[in-house]
Amino acid sequence: MNSPAPRHAPPGTFAAAMLIARKDLAIEFRTRSAFLAALVFSLIAIVIFFFAWDATAVTASDLAPGVLWVIFTFSGLLGLHRSFGVEEADRAIDALLASPVEREAVFLGKAFANLVFVLGVQAIAIPAVALFYNLPLTRVLAPLAGIAVLAAIGLVSVGTLFSAMASNTRLAELLLPVLALPFFVPVVLPAAQSTARLLAGRPVAEAMSWLRILIAFDIVFVVACALAFPFTLED
Amino acid sequence: MSHAAPLVEPPSDAPITSPRDDATPSPAIAAVGLTRQFGRRVAVRDLTFEVRSGECLALFGPNGAGKTTLLRVLAGLLRPTRGTALVAGVALPGGAESRAVVGLISHQTMLYAALTALENVEFTARLYGVPDPRGAALRALDRMRLADRADSPVRSLSRGMQQRVSIARAIVHEPRVVLLDEPYTGLDEAGAMALSEALESLRANAAALVLVTHHLSEGLALATHAAIMRDGAFVRYDERKTIELERYRALYREVVG
Repeated sequence: MNSPAPRHAPPGTFAAAMLIARKDLAIEFRTRSAFLAALVFSLIAIVIFFFAWDATAVTASDLAPGVLWVIFTFSGLLGLHRSFGVEEADRAIDALLASPVEREAVFLGKAFANLVFVLGVQAIAIPAVALFYNLPLTRVLAPLAGIAVLAAIGLVSVGTLFSAMASNTRLAELLLPVLALPFFVPVVLPAAQSTARLLAGRPVAEAMSWLRILIAFDIVFVVACALAFPFTLED
Repeated sequence: MSHAAPLVEPPSDAPITSPRDDATPSPAIAAVGLTRQFGRRVAVRDLTFEVRSGECLALFGPNGAGKTTLLRVLAGLLRPTRGTALVAGVALPGGAESRAVVGLISHQTMLYAALTALENVEFTARLYGVPDPRGAALRALDRMRLADRADSPVRSLSRGMQQRVSIARAIVHEPRVVLLDEPYTGLDEAGAMALSEALESLRANAAALVLVTHHLSEGLALATHAAIMRDGAFVRYDERKTIELERYRALYREVVG
């Protein structure tokens, strides 16, 4: 039996991923539900940390990295949960998976949209933390932005995979943090350590060993999650 | 297109199959011994059947009979546990190649509520690589008599209109195989008529249809073949021309209890 000649040529993996990412971002732009929730959480957390802070016991540059990465970790979870929530709402995921798009493209598209989401939250939270804790942001902005992007890549890779796994369950909201948080540690730890060194006024070279660990985990997580992702969609 | 005579009652332990004349062209869907299990539960049991281009197989049966699972296997959403199924000549699970020629319609709309009707259909057209995706999406919506609501967000449409958008989404790439799971759910008279016309048109253009429904008259109106499923297996498989509606209704009641 002959294989059919495809009537249309479906997009390649990258083009399909961008279609999916654009669709997810359009939905988030229309509803703004997850972004606003993440933003409100971030600002409230910054204020709570600020009022709980004893400036005579801990310096701002010692406290701020912890505050930043706690906020990024938990606000990121809000966006990651939404990632497959929009697909499950009316089983749109079935139409997506029945289309001629590769599963890897679905992962990449979702991960890219989540990356934009997390970077958007970071773009507001970092200046807000700098403002509250009087941090020398202009001096460390470029390397700090680099660390934020690198860490966001690792977080969204793991988060997108577990969001897909959790979305098929009744306890998705509970399961996602339980599954994802342990895997966030290898990303958040070097990110927080690198940030601490930068905010303490040390040279970037001193943070390089932590950055190498961060990059290594990024590579491992992106590859492993992209490979594992198709299996999470099997019933 | 010639077919073998309709099946007579088979021996109780023999699976019911759909025998065909070997001289006819290769089928759009061909399943042999198709089985799907979830753990120990057998949802689809040893099905052997064919649906050729331009034919429509109506599947009837009670809840839990395995109809939706069968469609999900044919759509490439579930892997068969045993047996083989060819969709448009590609063995399942066939990857992008077989999925490119399939359209899936369910009682769930599979739409994004925050996007407009046009954006939903256009997104699908782009995923399938349809040339001029916006034009194709508008034409598909027009076919479902929804062109005037193309820019309305899906969440603002009635349930019936959402279902029509979902149908436009499923046919925007002119699929060769259309799998329909209770597609008339929530449709008003105009929507049901638009759907029937669209399906007739697809069938006239040599698409093969598999239609799952609880409503015998609705299914038989379009069908060239009909099967009744129970416990994952076909308990009847008949050519439409041999079916008389009232007798079939009585038979159905008897079969499903």
